[in-house]
Amino acid sequence: MSVIIKNGRVIDPGRINGPADVLIENGTIAAVGSGLKAPAGATVIDATGKWVLPGFVDLHVHFREPGFEYKETIATGAAAAVAGGFTSVCCMPNTQPVNDNQSITEFILDKAKAAGLANVFPIGAITKGSEGKELAEFGDLKKAGCVAVSDDGKPVMNGMVMRRALEYARAFDLPVVDHCECTHLSEGGCMHEGQVATEMGLHGIPSASEDVMVARNLALAELTGGRLHLAHLSTAGSVRMVREAKARGIRVTAEACPHHFLLTEEAVREFNTNAKMNPPLRSRKDVEAVKAGLKDGTIDVIATDHAPHAAFEKEREFDYAPFGIVGLETAWGLALVLAEEGVLTVEQVVAALTIQPARAFGLAKGTLAVGADADVTIVDPEAQWVVDPGQFKSKGRNTPFAGWKLKGRVVSTLVGGRVVHP
Amino acid sequence: MSLKRKDLLGIQDMPVEEINLVLETAESFKEVSGRDIKKVPTLRGKTVVNLFFEPSTRTRTSFELAAKRLSADVINFAVSASSVSKGETLLDTARNIEAMQADFIVLRHPMAGAPNILAKLLRASIVNAGDGGHEHPTQALLDLYTLREKKREFKGLRLAIVGDIAHSRVARSNIYALTKLGAEVRVIGPPTMMPLEVERLGVKVFYDMDEGLRGVDVIMMLRLQLERQGIALFPSIREYSRLYCLTPERVTLAAPDALVMHPGPINRGVEIAPEVADSVSSVILDQVTNGVAVRMAVLYLLSGGK
Repeated sequence: MSVIIKNGRVIDPGRINGPADVLIENGTIAAVGSGLKAPAGATVIDATGKWVLPGFVDLHVHFREPGFEYKETIATGAAAAVAGGFTSVCCMPNTQPVNDNQSITEFILDKAKAAGLANVFPIGAITKGSEGKELAEFGDLKKAGCVAVSDDGKPVMNGMVMRRALEYARAFDLPVVDHCECTHLSEGGCMHEGQVATEMGLHGIPSASEDVMVARNLALAELTGGRLHLAHLSTAGSVRMVREAKARGIRVTAEACPHHFLLTEEAVREFNTNAKMNPPLRSRKDVEAVKAGLKDGTIDVIATDHAPHAAFEKEREFDYAPFGIVGLETAWGLALVLAEEGVLTVEQVVAALTIQPARAFGLAKGTLAVGADADVTIVDPEAQWVVDPGQFKSKGRNTPFAGWKLKGRVVSTLVGGRVVHP
Repeated sequence: MSLKRKDLLGIQDMPVEEINLVLETAESFKEVSGRDIKKVPTLRGKTVVNLFFEPSTRTRTSFELAAKRLSADVINFAVSASSVSKGETLLDTARNIEAMQADFIVLRHPMAGAPNILAKLLRASIVNAGDGGHEHPTQALLDLYTLREKKREFKGLRLAIVGDIAHSRVARSNIYALTKLGAEVRVIGPPTMMPLEVERLGVKVFYDMDEGLRGVDVIMMLRLQLERQGIALFPSIREYSRLYCLTPERVTLAAPDALVMHPGPINRGVEIAPEVADSVSSVILDQVTNGVAVRMAVLYLLSGGK
């Protein structure tokens, strides 16, 4: 079975950035180059005026299944992923039950296979039940298909447990992903602690609650030599510390989410629960620091932290509404704003969505190299569109970006050489 | 005359003209409360529902009296906040009340922004009777009314608010109101009770009460929430009182004719000495009296002022 994508501009960071055709044979990339001949019977996709990119890789999604299928299922999550150009997603283990064992991991992989859309890579829990006490069986989790471990959303508060996790994970070369939040400092908080929270009388989550845990985790990564990945950095302090740690050669990678480089605490005014996420939207100074971190490579990865919730859960008192927003179907248009603003080049934006996340977790994805799986995202860089949550494939409609005019839209997504979107 | 708005959610977004309109209107309603027959037919046939998710005697009674003196029908609906977090959502509760054709919902809620949600989704007029640490607009309006009675001019008035500024809706609403009207506002309390960047609200911060009280025309005490002691915000009630209780000696630091205010209920001997609460400079009970008139004015003006 052959597919040929013709006449597009191929952007495969570090490899090619220019007009080329992409030939796919039996689900893998067979050739990338000018004037490739379509084999007999090949499906021809005309990408004139389009960009042809490696399929995006998202290291941070919540697909809610098992346990919270009313918010999202693996099938609807995967549909949202491919609609947003993501061909590989890593789903966090905070399901019910928690993905802390082989059978849950297998369940997730079965559901993903049945959906037949994006590649779904489960992330296992660091501790049993994500309770922060005893380590989960990393060996089993890895064998079953987990690509990293994390207690996302329930930060590992006990420093000794985190130390052991980083050490033990080395045996399996698993990255340990931490949502950096000191839950003592953030207790009762629902937005960034700063001027807007002061005006609104809402309880704040200080930047320090993230900073102290980033500092601890970096010290433990240095101590153990473990592979540390820091989820959704949101503060100037985090960026500064990660920059310093990288300069000293500590093994750490970091991600940032579009909302943390595009929105500030101001978005919360009017008690907008769709601007409530954890870590919270921070100050202008933090936003600038996150962008600077992306620019100088301190932050390797753009991830979405796709966190769908039912509408009724968000139509609540701000304090009671759950944290989180959906992100898969807006990420590309939002990430391109960085190129528009001159923070990153287009190639750097693509790298932060493809090869860099793939490398952070050691996934053989995010490239159009010959022999790679033919996961390809074709985008129209000029297409203007307005974010309409009603059109999302995700069950979640919870986005602060509704009504935003974006430039750059995913027009077609291929996974293993098969068109899965539209 | 009327307020060109459906709801009263806070003082922050309220223009000075509207504040003045409420204060002027309240004057005539205060006269009603002084009559032998304390009732006017203004809101006859209208329904006011007091929806209270927090225990409150004073504010609820004040709203109830205000509505009754305007001849409205009043229903009190008290819900314990704990049962709500499990059961019916705020929105569903309020929708049910609205389905019974309520014209006004007076909402008291422990969470900031709760009235904003209702205001967005319901047709009824929402009056915020205190939402978490956010705002308590009618309290600020009645405080302003009391100040105007006693001091006439807001411009240049020096006023100190003492206590847990971080968690106080009364402090926020008063800060918004008084800074708008040209008063000089100081906030006094331990640093643990000061919200981050509070100076940006246009106030001066004092940790030392004696220093902060020097020369002020008005001392506004806040109720100390006793449950916040221990690891939270202050080590003990004993130490708090020594540092921040308004004693007769401290009152002498203020201007000679300084007023003492308190939104109630007071903790005698904790944040305010009994002899100060009962002194001639105290206008605490005037505040309560004026509360009814101000709330009558608010309900009247929101109903279209007809």
